[in-house]
Amino acid sequence: MAKSGASATRPANMAERSVATGIVGYAEQAFAVAAAEVQKLRHDPVELFTRAVQPVLWLMLFGEVMARVRGVAPGNIPYLDYLSAGILAQSTLFVAIFYGISAIWERDLGVLQRYLVSPAPRSALVLGKALSAGVRALSQALIVYLLAIVLGVAISLDPIHVVGVVVAIMLASALFSTLSLIIACIVKTRERFMGIGQVLTMPIFFASNAIYPLSLMPVWLRVVSRTNPLTYEVDALRALMLAEGASVYGLLVDFGFLVAVAAFLVAVAAGMYGRMGY
Amino acid sequence: MTVASGESTTAEKGAGPLQTAVATAALTRKFGEMTAVDRISLTIEQGEIFGLIGPNGAGKSTFIKMLTTLLPPTSGTAVVAGYDIRAKPAEVRHHIGYVPQLLSADGSLSGYENLLLSARLYGVPRGERKDRIEGALKWMGLKEAAHRVVGQYSGGMIRRLEIAQSLLHRPEVLFLDEPTIGLDPGARDTVWEHIADLRDRFHRTMVVTSHQMEEMDAFCDRIALIARGRIVVVGTSAELKASIGHDATLDDVFIRLAGATEATDMEGSYGEVRRERDSARKHG
Repeated sequence: MAKSGASATRPANMAERSVATGIVGYAEQAFAVAAAEVQKLRHDPVELFTRAVQPVLWLMLFGEVMARVRGVAPGNIPYLDYLSAGILAQSTLFVAIFYGISAIWERDLGVLQRYLVSPAPRSALVLGKALSAGVRALSQALIVYLLAIVLGVAISLDPIHVVGVVVAIMLASALFSTLSLIIACIVKTRERFMGIGQVLTMPIFFASNAIYPLSLMPVWLRVVSRTNPLTYEVDALRALMLAEGASVYGLLVDFGFLVAVAAFLVAVAAGMYGRMGY
Repeated sequence: MTVASGESTTAEKGAGPLQTAVATAALTRKFGEMTAVDRISLTIEQGEIFGLIGPNGAGKSTFIKMLTTLLPPTSGTAVVAGYDIRAKPAEVRHHIGYVPQLLSADGSLSGYENLLLSARLYGVPRGERKDRIEGALKWMGLKEAAHRVVGQYSGGMIRRLEIAQSLLHRPEVLFLDEPTIGLDPGARDTVWEHIADLRDRFHRTMVVTSHQMEEMDAFCDRIALIARGRIVVVGTSAELKASIGHDATLDDVFIRLAGATEATDMEGSYGEVRRERDSARKHG
C-alpha cells in the first residue's frame, strides 16, 4: 500500500471557519442557486405565461360551472372564492412536482456536476433548488390573484395575509419540488420521470381539499387527505388569501405540518443528490 | 520511464519546492462485477500538466470522478491538494477545479451570471468577486460577450467560460476532462494556450484527458496510459515514444499498448461514447 503517500494530508482548516461565517456561507450558497433561477426567468419569461394558462382555465371553466352547484363550499363562501385558493395551491403543485425534470436535464447536460464539485454542502444545493421552485410558484400566485380579483373573488390584501400567502406558497413549493427531486434521483431518466409525475399529481390534487371539502369524502379518502401536505397548504391559503376565509386546522398546524415535511424531504434529498452525479 | 506499479517517494519530498498535488493509493472503483478503475497508484507533482490517455471505457473518467469526490472509491484512497478524498471531501472540493467533459456552463444564464454563481458557490469573498470575475473574463477573451446568454456562445467560448468558472476560487489542482472535444483547431489551440499559461505563470497543476494525441504530446509534462482500469505506462511523452521505437508517435504508443486491450464489450463504453458525442455536439 502506498499509505506513506496517501497519509501526508494537511490538517483541516474547518475549525478556522467560525460557526457564524459557516451559516452565512451556507445561506449564501443556497441563495446563489435560487438567484440563478431568477436570472434564468428574467432571460426567458415566456414559461411563466404559458404556465398561467392552466389556472386560468380551471377558474374560468370548471369554477364558473361548479359555482352553480349549491352546497359544495362550506359556510357562506361563494364557490369561486373557495376554489381560487385551491387553484392557487394546485398551480404551485403542478410547477413543483415536475421540477425534478430540470434536475435530470442538468445531470444529462453536465451542469449538475458543476454544482456537485463545488464545496457547497448538498443540503444547501437542495435548499437552493427548493427556493427556486418557490420563486417560480410566486409568479403563479400573482396571476391567480389578479384573475381572482377580476372574477370578483373577495381577496384579502392585508399585508400580513399576503406575506402569509407568500410563505405558504414558498414552503409548499419547496416541499413538492424536493419530493420531485427525490423521485428524479431514483428514476434518473426523463421518460420514467414523466410517467411518475403524471401519476402523482392526480391523487395529490384530488385527495385534498383543493376543489371540495374533506367532509364530502368517504372516510378512507378523508384519512388519506389528512396526510396530504396539499390539504394543509390549501387550508392556510383559504385563511390568508380570502377576505372571509378561515382555517379548518389552524394556521399553526398548517405551517407546522408543511415545515416538518419539507425539512424531512430536504434532508432525504440531500443524502441522495450527490449520487445523481455518478 | 517508470512503470506504474512502483510506489513513489514523493511524500518524503513534501518539504521541498516540488510538492505532491495528487497521490493515489491502490484506488479502485467497481460497478457491480465490472472493475472500472483497478488499484491505480499514481503521483502527480505540483505544477505539471499530467495527461491521461486510453481507450473509451478504460476508466479515465471514473478515475477523475473519484479524484474530484463526485464518486466514492470502492477501495484504496487518494490525497488531492493535500486532503484525503474519503476523509475530507469538502476540503478537496475547496482546493480543486473541475471542467467536466459535458457542458457544465448553464446555457440560459449569461457568462457573467455563470461566473457569479460559481463565485458564490465557492465562497469567493464578496469584496473580491467582481474583480476576479472581470479578470477571468478578460483573460479568457470573453469581456464583450459577458452579458450575452451562454446559449449563443460558440463551443470554444463555452469551454473558455467553463475553465474560467473552475478557476475563480484559485484551485491548486485543475481537472479537465476532454477540454478540446468538439472544438475547431483554432479554439483547441486557445484552450491549450490557457492551460499552459496557468502552469507557467501560476504554477497550477492540471490533470487532462484527451484523445488528441498531438495535443497531449505537445502540452503534457507527463502522460499515463490507462487501459482496462489499470495504468499500462507512465512517463514523459518522449520516454513513451522512445519505448516503442525510433520515429514513433504518441498514436503509435497508444495503438501498441492500448489497442490490443481495447474491449468493445466493456460495460459503460456505450454510455461513454454517447456522452462524448453529446458533448462534442454541444460544444461544436
